[in-house]
Amino acid sequence: MSGDTRDWPLYEIFIRARSGLDHKHVGSLHATDARMAIEHARDLYTRRQEGISIWAVRSTDIVASDPADADALFEPARDKIYRHPTFYDIPDEVKTL
Amino acid sequence: MYTQGLDSLGKDCLRDEAQVGGALERRFQAHIDAEDKIEPKDWMPDAYRRTLVRQISQHAHSEIVGMLPEGNWITRAPSLLRKAILIAKVQDEGGHGAYLYSATETLGVSRDELVGQLLEGKAKYSSIFNYPTPTWADVGAIGWLVDGAAIMNQIPLCRCSYGPYARAMVRICKEESFHQRQGYDIMLRLSRGTPAQKDMAQQALNRWWWPSLMMFGPPDADSKHGVQSMRWKIKRFTNDELRQKFVDFTVPQAEFLGIRVPDPQLSWDPAAGHYRHGPIDWNEFEQVLKGNGPCNRERLEARRRAHEEGRWVRDAAVAWAAKRAGSAAPRAALTLLRRNHERRYA
Repeated sequence: MSGDTRDWPLYEIFIRARSGLDHKHVGSLHATDARMAIEHARDLYTRRQEGISIWAVRSTDIVASDPADADALFEPARDKIYRHPTFYDIPDEVKTL
Repeated sequence: MYTQGLDSLGKDCLRDEAQVGGALERRFQAHIDAEDKIEPKDWMPDAYRRTLVRQISQHAHSEIVGMLPEGNWITRAPSLLRKAILIAKVQDEGGHGAYLYSATETLGVSRDELVGQLLEGKAKYSSIFNYPTPTWADVGAIGWLVDGAAIMNQIPLCRCSYGPYARAMVRICKEESFHQRQGYDIMLRLSRGTPAQKDMAQQALNRWWWPSLMMFGPPDADSKHGVQSMRWKIKRFTNDELRQKFVDFTVPQAEFLGIRVPDPQLSWDPAAGHYRHGPIDWNEFEQVLKGNGPCNRERLEARRRAHEEGRWVRDAAVAWAAKRAGSAAPRAALTLLRRNHERRYA
């Protein structure tokens, strides 16, 4: 419908707080195109110097795992505690290990 | 993550509920009892979803309408600094509305649907924004009392069981503190000024005190949604608990300003360690909620006018995006833009 934002795609916004850090998801917004998404993200999510870089990604382009698959995906890692360094008992006499 | 593809999920959930019976719901409640967060794609009872849509969208509408009582003072702020501060505050309120609409959309409703409900007068928003702001001191009183009451309500919401709402509230609460302090700063300057200025501060407190207490909602005995919301950890404290906390915090702040809380029955209860306030006029609250407050009509008209006057900008943005994308749509979009323009200015 004319004048509505109905057909405006949803963008997910990611902000890098300062150099050296990853971009982090902060929320979403509607925009007609990528440039408007960046401009609106700047107004919406960086009013107090929260960031130095913005990523805008069309929400429909994100592929997500299904919570129903969580067990199948993540359960196998649970019994592999030997992947963690604390699994191994090293005598105190052995240093810097 | 925030996606709109949740409508179908909602229907699936209903079918699952019928099939699995109460098992999913028990698991859901166990998650909440363990202080785990619920995320958009997780299973949730339909009533939980509806409660959140209602609460978060009303909250979003309140932020948007909340821009109006102060917005009309931007051009009349007493100094350039006060003007810059007020613009920043009003912009924050718009931002809060946007964060909250965004959180509501994760539950499977569209923003246009919600904005449409507001513009059609079908949606509720906080009763407080239907009161007028006749003087500059009202801008101070709003920041101090209205944003103060909002903080009291909103801090527990940062721990709400629904992840996107909780995260939006963390962001909002950080910004509200600025709102409250700039408001108190206005009141402080006025109360240390000329007798006329001090009187202006007193009059504003008189106007905003009772409506601020009403912001916490009906007494616990009459609260419709309280018990279930507490069980779902959407709400953490009751209306009366939060209201009491607000009164306990605010009365000493008024004393410091040297202005009087307009409640002859207000007294300190040393045994309980609380201030006791007089009875609240719940009839007034009901009337304002029903649309009969001093400014209900004016607020909605201002929103509708702003929406209508921004239409050509939205049309132009769509036409531009279509042109840039090189699709077949630009001609249609431009025709629409021209027709709307002609209709408006013919």
